[in-house]
Order: sequence, then C-alpha cells, then structure tokens
Amino acid sequence: MSTIEKALQERILIIDGAMGTMIQRHKLQEADYRGERFKDWHTDVKGNNDLLSITQPEIIIGIHKQYLEAGADIIETNTFSSTSIAQADYDMQSLAYEINVASAKCAREAIKQNGKTAWVAGAIGPLNKTLSLSPDVNNPGYRAVTFDEVAAAYTEQIKGLVDGGVDVLLIETIFDTLNAKAAIYATKNYFRKNNLPELPIMISGTITDASGRTLSGQTLEAFYTSVAHANPLSVGLNCALGASEMRAHIEELSQIAACYVSAYPNAGLPNAFGEYDEQPHETAHIIEEWAANGWLNIVGGCCGTTPDHIKHIADEVKQFKPRALPVLEEAL
Amino acid sequence: MNTIKPYLRLSGLEPLVIRPETNFVNVGERTNVTGSKKFARLIRDGKYEEALSVARQQVESGAQIIDVNMDDAMLEGVEAMTTFLNLVQAEPDIAKIPIMIDSSKFEIIEAGLKCVQGKCIVNSISMKEGEAKFIEQAHICKSYGAAVIVMAFDEVGQADTKERKIEICHRAYKILTEQVGYAPQEIIFDPNIFAVATGIEEHSNYAVDFIEATKEIKKLMPLTKVSGGVSNVSFSFRGNDHVREAIHSVFLYHAIKAGMDMGIVNAGQLVVYDEIEPTLKNLCEDVILNRNNTNNEATEALITFAETVKAKGKETVKDEKWRDEPVEKRLSHSLVNGITDYIDADTEEARQKYPKPLDVIEGPLMDGMNVVGDLFGAGKMFLPQVVKSARVMKKAVAVLTPFIEQEKEDRKQAHITAGTINEETAGAAKILLATVKGDVHDIGKNIVGVVLGCNGYDIIDLGVMVATDKILETAIKEKVDIIGLSGLITPSLDEMVHVAHEMKRRGMNLPLMIGGATTSRMHTAVKIAPQYDEGVIHVLDASRSVTVAGSLLSKEQKPDFLSGIKKEYDKLVVDFGNKKSTKQYLTFAEAQKNGAAINWDNFSPVAPTFTGTKVFNHYDLKEVAEYIDWQPFFIAWEMHGKFPAILTDNIIGVEATKLYNDAKKLLQQIIDEKWLNARGAIGFWPANKVAPDSVDVLADKEVIKLQFLRQQIKKAEGQPNLSLADFIAPAEKNYQDHIGAFAVTIEGIEPHIKKFEAAFDDYNKIILQALADRLAEAFAELLHKKTRQEYWGYATDEHLTNEQLIKEEYLGIRPAPGYPACPDHTEKYKLFELLGGKEATGIELTESLAMYPASSVSGWYFANPESKYFGVGKIEQDQLKDYAKRKGMSLDDATRWLRPILE
Repeated sequence: MSTIEKALQERILIIDGAMGTMIQRHKLQEADYRGERFKDWHTDVKGNNDLLSITQPEIIIGIHKQYLEAGADIIETNTFSSTSIAQADYDMQSLAYEINVASAKCAREAIKQNGKTAWVAGAIGPLNKTLSLSPDVNNPGYRAVTFDEVAAAYTEQIKGLVDGGVDVLLIETIFDTLNAKAAIYATKNYFRKNNLPELPIMISGTITDASGRTLSGQTLEAFYTSVAHANPLSVGLNCALGASEMRAHIEELSQIAACYVSAYPNAGLPNAFGEYDEQPHETAHIIEEWAANGWLNIVGGCCGTTPDHIKHIADEVKQFKPRALPVLEEAL
Repeated sequence: MNTIKPYLRLSGLEPLVIRPETNFVNVGERTNVTGSKKFARLIRDGKYEEALSVARQQVESGAQIIDVNMDDAMLEGVEAMTTFLNLVQAEPDIAKIPIMIDSSKFEIIEAGLKCVQGKCIVNSISMKEGEAKFIEQAHICKSYGAAVIVMAFDEVGQADTKERKIEICHRAYKILTEQVGYAPQEIIFDPNIFAVATGIEEHSNYAVDFIEATKEIKKLMPLTKVSGGVSNVSFSFRGNDHVREAIHSVFLYHAIKAGMDMGIVNAGQLVVYDEIEPTLKNLCEDVILNRNNTNNEATEALITFAETVKAKGKETVKDEKWRDEPVEKRLSHSLVNGITDYIDADTEEARQKYPKPLDVIEGPLMDGMNVVGDLFGAGKMFLPQVVKSARVMKKAVAVLTPFIEQEKEDRKQAHITAGTINEETAGAAKILLATVKGDVHDIGKNIVGVVLGCNGYDIIDLGVMVATDKILETAIKEKVDIIGLSGLITPSLDEMVHVAHEMKRRGMNLPLMIGGATTSRMHTAVKIAPQYDEGVIHVLDASRSVTVAGSLLSKEQKPDFLSGIKKEYDKLVVDFGNKKSTKQYLTFAEAQKNGAAINWDNFSPVAPTFTGTKVFNHYDLKEVAEYIDWQPFFIAWEMHGKFPAILTDNIIGVEATKLYNDAKKLLQQIIDEKWLNARGAIGFWPANKVAPDSVDVLADKEVIKLQFLRQQIKKAEGQPNLSLADFIAPAEKNYQDHIGAFAVTIEGIEPHIKKFEAAFDDYNKIILQALADRLAEAFAELLHKKTRQEYWGYATDEHLTNEQLIKEEYLGIRPAPGYPACPDHTEKYKLFELLGGKEATGIELTESLAMYPASSVSGWYFANPESKYFGVGKIEQDQLKDYAKRKGMSLDDATRWLRPILE
C-alpha cells in the first residue's frame, strides 16, 4: 500500500487551490513569461502559465509552498495545459515533455523546502479539443482530433510527470469523458509497456451546469461508470460549480463510488466580471457539512480559491473522520 | 456502512445497471449490416442520416443497448464504424443507452471503442486463434473500459454441445479473471445459439444445449452474464416472420428461465409468450425443447403449420404511394411534409436528371419551397411545419453543394485558361443576420433565419450581442447581399441607428432589414432610414421577410420596391412631425403637481414579513410550469389567438395542437431531467418618497435613491399624470412604506440548444427557447403571487385563477425598468445591486442592460392597492434635464438612454 493510501484511511486529505489565481497576483508581463531562454520566441507566450515552471520556477515553488503552509497534503503540478495539443496555442508543442518534468520538480522542491509529508499529483487537464463533440454544428460526425492523437499527447505528458517524480496522476476537469478515457488508456499502457509499477490515478470530472451532466452529456453515474475501469484511487468533481452547487453531486458520488471521493469546487460562481467573490470562511463552511456527513476523503479548491481558502477548509474538516470505503460485495 | 453490489454497470449518457431483478435486456439488432438488409444498404450508400433513424427506432421500441455491426465485404469497416458511432454520439436520444460494438474483426472493434465515451460491450472475443491472442485482445478491451462478450469458440471450433459450451466458457473465465484482471460481472458469455428445425437431426438439440449450458454456466460463475443472437434459432423459417417471432418468444421464455440475461433481438418485433396462439405455441415448444421429435416429427409439424400462416404476417402499412410519382413531385412532397427519409436519394436523382445542380435548387426544390411559402402565406401551413420543411431543404442543398462548388471551380479554371473574365455571380444570395450589441434575444431572429434559409438563401447567423464592426466586416468579407438586424430591448434601437450610420460612413450599398419585437415601421422610418440611403426596410415578421428579401434581390423589382418604401417612410416622417405638434404637454412642474392623489391619511401600509433578500435556486420547475401563460408561446411562433381556444381553432387548431403537444412533451422532459434551473431573488426594503419622483430605499443601512419618470402629456380633466413614485408613501407622512424587487432567470439552456443545433433541429431549439422564456415569466408570476400572499403578505386572502393572473387582476404591480411605467433601463443597476447582483440572481447585465440568460425577468414590487400599470409616454426637455440632474448623469447619456420616450 502506498503512503497516500495509508493516510487516506486515517484522515481527510487536503488538496491545494487555484494556481492561476495565485499567478495573477504576480502581475507578470510578457517578458517575465519569456525569461531569458525564450526572449526571442516567435509568438506571444504571456498567459502560458505552465511555461513558468521553466522560466520562473521560484514563483511556482513559492505558490506551492504557500499551499503547503496553508495545510495542503496534495499539491498539483502546474501542468493543466502541458500537452503538445494544448501547447500548440503557443507553438510550444515540442516543450511539452520538458514542462511536465520541470513542473513536477517544482512541486517536489516545494515539499523538500517545506519539510512536511505531502504528495505531488501530476495534473492532467482536459485539452482544448474534444473527442465526443463536433466543433462544426453542420457536421456532427466530425472530430477535431482523434483518440490516438489525444492518447499520444497524454502519454508524453505522463512520461514527463513520472520522470519528474510525481506520486499520483490526477486526470481532472473532465468535461468530455472520452478524453479522460484516452488519458486512462495512455496511463495504463504507459506503465504496462514500460513494465513500471502503476502510480495511483485520481479522477475528477466537471459537472458544467444545473442539468447535473458533463458537457458531453453524461449523468454523474454514467460518468463514474465510464471511468471506473481506471480502478482509481479517488473519483470526484472540480471546477465549474461553487461548493453550494456541487453539494448534491458530491453526496451522490459518495454513495456510488467504490473508491475514495474528492471535491475541489470553485470559490462560488464568478460575478459579472468573471471574478470569484466567495470568501474563505464561506467556502469552508459549506464543505464542513460535507465532511460532517462523511462524504469526503480529499478536499480542496479550484478556480478563485487561495491559500486562505485552503487554510479555512483544512481547519474546518480536520475534526471529522474521512469517508469509509464502501464494502465491495462479492455475491449478488 | 455503504455497500456496492457486483452488478454489470454499463453507460451511455445515462447508466444501465443490470441487477438480478432486471428483466431480460433487449439489445437492438437492426443496426447490424449482417442482420438487416435495409441498414446494410443505407450504410453502403452512405445514408447515415437514415441509418441513425434505424437506431433511433430501436431505442424507441425498447432496446436498452444497441448492437452495431459493420462487417460487410463491401464496406470499409473501420471507417463505417467510426462515422456511424461519431454520429450516434451527437444524438442524445440514441446515445443515452450503451453501445455493443459488434465485429468479427478486432480492428473494427478497437476503432469503435475509440469513439464512445460510455462503458460499452465488446461483441465478441474468443480463443479461436489461441490463448495469447485472446489475452492480448482482452487487455485492449479492458484498457478502454469495455465489458466483453466471450464467444464459446476455441482452437478446435465453435462449441455446439452443452459440455463443450461449459468447458470453453469456464476456461475463458479463469483466464480473464486471473490473468487479465477482469471482474466476473464484466464477462458475458455467448454460448452460441444455432438454428433448429433444419431437417438435420444433429441440429435438433441445439436449443436445449444452449438452455442447459446457460443453467450450468450461471451456477458455476454466478456473476457472469449470458447473451446470444436470438434470431439464429429460427433461421430455417426465414421469410415467415409470424412463425419466427413465435419461436423467438418460446426460446427466450425457456432460456431466460435458465438464466439468460440479455439477447440480441429485434426490439420492435417480439410477441408476448402468453399471446401466441396455442397450436403454434405447442409446436414451437416441441421444436425448441426437442420433444416428440423422433424422426423430425416436431419439425415437420411446425413446417406444415408454417405454410398455413405464411401470408398472414403482420406489417405496418405506410402510405407510400407518393413514392411512385416523378422526382419533382416527390421532392415537393418531402418538403411540404417535412420528411427527410428520402431527400438525399431524390435530390441525387434530380441532379442527374437536370443539366446543372443549380437547376435542381432553382427548379424542383424552389418549386417545392414555393408551395411551402404559398401554403404558409395562405395560412394553410404554420411556422412549426415550415421549420420542419427547412430541415429537409437544408439537407437537399447539402447534397448539391459539392457539385455546385465543383462546377464553379471548373468554369473559373476555364476562364483562366481562356484568359476571359469571369462575370458570374455566386450561387444563392447571402443574408447576414445578427442580434445587435448589448442584446441577447434571438428567438425571432432564429425563426427568420430558418424561414429565409428554407427559401434558398444562404444564411450567415452571427448570433447575439454582435458589435457593429463585426457585422459590417463579416458582411464585406462574405460578400453578403442583405444585412438583417434584430433586437428586443429598447437600447437596441439606438444600436441599429448606429449600424445604419456606420454603413453609410463605410460607403456600403447593401440593403438593411430591421426586425424584432421592439422595432417598428415608425422608428425605422424616422430614426434609422434617414441614416442610410441604400435601403432600410422594417420587416414585421418572419413570413414577410421572404417577400422583402425576394424584392430586394431581384434586379427588376428592387428600384421600384425601394422607392415605394422610401415614399412610404417619407410620409411616415411627415405624419410623425405633424402628430408631434398635435399633442400637448404640461411643463414638468405642472405634471408633478398633478400626480396620483392617494389619500395617505386613511392608509396604513402593510409591512413585509421580512426585509432584505430571499434567494431561490433549483426552484421546482413543475410548480413553475403551472403558471405558464401559453398565449405568448404561440405568438413566438406567429400563431395569434387566445389560448386555449387556439387549440380548437378551425384554421390553425390542428397545427397549434401539434405544437402544443410537442412543447408539453419537451416541457415534461425539461422537468423530469432537470435540464433547466429556475433561480432568482426577491427582496423588500423600507422606502419612502422623498421628492415628487424620487424614492429612498433603505438597504443595509445604505440609502439607494430610485428615480422615476412622470407622464407629461396633457390629460383630461381630473386624470393624474402618473409616476411610480406616487405609489410610495411620502416621508413627511411618517409612514414606513416599503418597496420590493425581484429578478428571476431560467439557467442551463445552452448545452441543450447546442445539441439541437448539432442535429439540425431548429424546431425543438425554438420550442426550447420559447419555453425557457415562458418559464421565466411563469416564475415571476409565481413569486409575485407568493409575495402578495405570503412574503409581503399584503393580500393574504387573494384567490385568483390562472386566467385572472394573466389578466393582472391582482393588487399591487411589478413593473420592470426599461418598460413603459419606468422606461429607464439604467435603474436596473440599482435593482440588481439591491438584490445582490449576479451571485444572488444568476443574471448578468449587458452594456445595453439586457439580462443574460435571455430568459430572465426583473422588476419592482409596489404593494399599494391604488398602484397600477401605465405608460410614461413622451417626456419634454425640462423633465429630461431634471432627471439627468437627479441621476447624476450627463445630459447626453440621459438623452441616449431615454431616446425612445423623447420627442
């Protein structure tokens, strides 16, 4: 049993909050993103947050450390868009592997500097191209990308994350389940073909609106059924919704999931300016009730959350026992 | 403690869990090219649209899983599987159930697995090529998360006896669970159903072997499932569906009792076991169970019986006589009746018949659409039907487009080679449609797009909130022939003036069509047309848009048409000028003195049960739906009349009823599947009138100052010049009066709109949009009622019917900023600030103060029994100046926002 599994049996683990919100606070300019190495790069790179793991590692390590100090047990690598497909927006597809290695190292370094026991989750994001939806309304059978291309991009990312030293792989913000299935496929094949011991997989889907479905149209239970073959360490939800909108879905998931359950909602819903207003104590207050109900194993924050949110959440949930794994019956 | 049972769990868009108490699972077999000639032909001809309707029909007939098979020597199996499954994913009514990917070629299976997000079943893998290959394929299936069907087939061959079936299945089970890591419940066995009653004696016991093997397999490996292709068993009776269905039913009756969990069947064609006629049932039992069958006696008896019933097979008869007509008539029939099934073939036939592909559009298709247009114009067809016709037309044009493009290219090349100038113009005329900047409403624009589209125009729809620059740049880039603008809220009128102005500045020469609920012929004539000289035409509704576009695009008609319009509009401008002078206005000071005379001395305002706000989220849509006023729903579809009388109307009753039924069905689905979220907020605050047209609202110790506008037109003797402020008690009376506010919205429409768009389903898309608007209004009505009776509670003994509510026979009012009683949209900022903004209400305001989501309603609550709805009407400069000062706005800004009510 891995150390993280042991810890999960004992307590609710805290996962960190938003990376983007924290990077914004540094008000970085184009030149900061480029650093010395990419000062002559032929496209603008401002906004390529994942690149900062190479050009501004101190900033990324600093953010990780703030989350660790706030109480995070699991920190996510700065690799939400670190696939060759997503990096193509900056014509940096050739750097995908390197960004993943660098990001994993930033997270490892932060834990080393902090000194406490914590785990690095290699963040595998959803891509800007989807396998279940056609971008062309006049041609519903069209796909902008193939399963094999997606699986290949994820394989490269996984290799980078593993080489950089992550403890678990976190397939997150899943709005098209088929993309996630390609990531699972890539993961399983990567370990099998390289004859490596499998790292645990965490899975986190995204319910996009009040319909209670993913963007690709699945209900929560259908989504879980579709990814259960990953035999994940945990399954959960993140992004799109604030904690109050996510509540019913987390309750349902805690009933049906055979593995641990995770939740990292946004800091409420964005206001008219796209900013998140929910205060740390507000988010934590909602989540406290989930923990009291025994629904949670891993909890943290997504868009708009800060170390302050994580600290409030960690303080509120530490008094509660984690959700016990359900008994898997072997007979009908 | 929570427990999880070892059930087989599959999924499409929705989960399918197979529990012990689950009845036999029907797997639809018609989407299989080896089993269905029709499906095979459709796929070979590339008619995927019709092939999808086969799948849909399976789902509708009760299939819980669909089996998809593309094994045909004439097909590129990988490509066919990929194309079909990708298309299935775009059809939520099919994709909701799990898919069984069926092929004897593993590469086709893997291609299928790459297209489906849900948990599938692979049908099938086996050990016929040895263990190593079996294990490799099982690993691959597992990495895609699929359950597997294992066929009872090994290196020796297909298992036919009970013993061989059990032995092979057990061996496969051990490999899958011990070496590959499959969970037992994800393994499904197909112990081979073979044909009985073939006349060959060794075959007589095949059904019994299957049934008994099933019993044993389930005993040995209780979590696994047993499946099979049922129609094989009756293969020797092909052509005699009546007998085959009886055999299937009898076979299943016994196999299910033995533990068979699922089977591939024609979900639409299964007789109920108890309803098989007794003689036939007995004969089938003998054959299936191999009873009384020495020397094939049972078989002979069934064959003899089968001869007698051969002709009696039941068939659904459709009136397909029109299929014998010439192709032009068939195209017209499809267009008028909205039938898509044959349109591709008929269009192709017409293309080959006519010299040029464009001739097909300009000939038979336009003729057909003209019939649609004529029937529509004559009131014999209605908008919902026209929208369905548009679907058919879109598909026909899609068939022809590649040929037209090719021709154009050929001619261009010919001109280049010959060095001549290519003078030809493009094919169909292009019309650009957009809802202007700041406005989010697009139902009407979508309808106009559909109607114009089905009249053969090429529509470029830029959507909502489109900035002027984008409209004009797109128009130039795409070389459009007409620009059409739409808007619903009053600030959009200014935006349209701006677009016209910009068109002139850029020296454009396209005609401009103006439409939308807030627009009018008068406004267009007086404000927009003078900005632009190349033709500005107000279009009242979708049906007029066709004739207007036709006139504008005809070289012969256009000059006369435009000069006719210009004459008409010039006259309107003159009339408008004359009319202005006939109206008399009071000075603002006089008007303020002539406010509503409410006797406050005999009045004590009722205090609300709480102050501050109350937020609603996920309000029960079922309850909201009870408050729907259906009349505006029909008006959105350009069907005018009172509800419910409209449903039995002599002329439009039939179509109105169809539309109503479709809408009710979708509404039910919206409610059952929680597509939409009714949310919003209400609030009440202490308030007093502090000046003739100003009200101070005490919110959270902060004072928000509301400013209202007053009627200024000279009234008859004794009639007041009203302002909403009149309905709030003045501060000097020392009454603590209150004001309320509400904002409600219907969230979550976007993904469903996208799904309908992806399916070319404008019909349901427009129904959905119109329903969301109705639900928002209904929610506002519901909350207003609860406010009167409960939250504010100033009318606790009110008992009004829904009709009375619609007629506004209640006490107190709920006027909305931007509408006649308080026409300044910018007061909406204060309303939303009081209610807690987007966070509380879920509503965002655009720069023109339109609310997004589009299906939103907001307003003030006034409880005073003398309060009533009224229109401010036109105001004079003195009030404008005073208002600007009160609001702290520049005169320019105030003029801009109040332009609709300024002379």
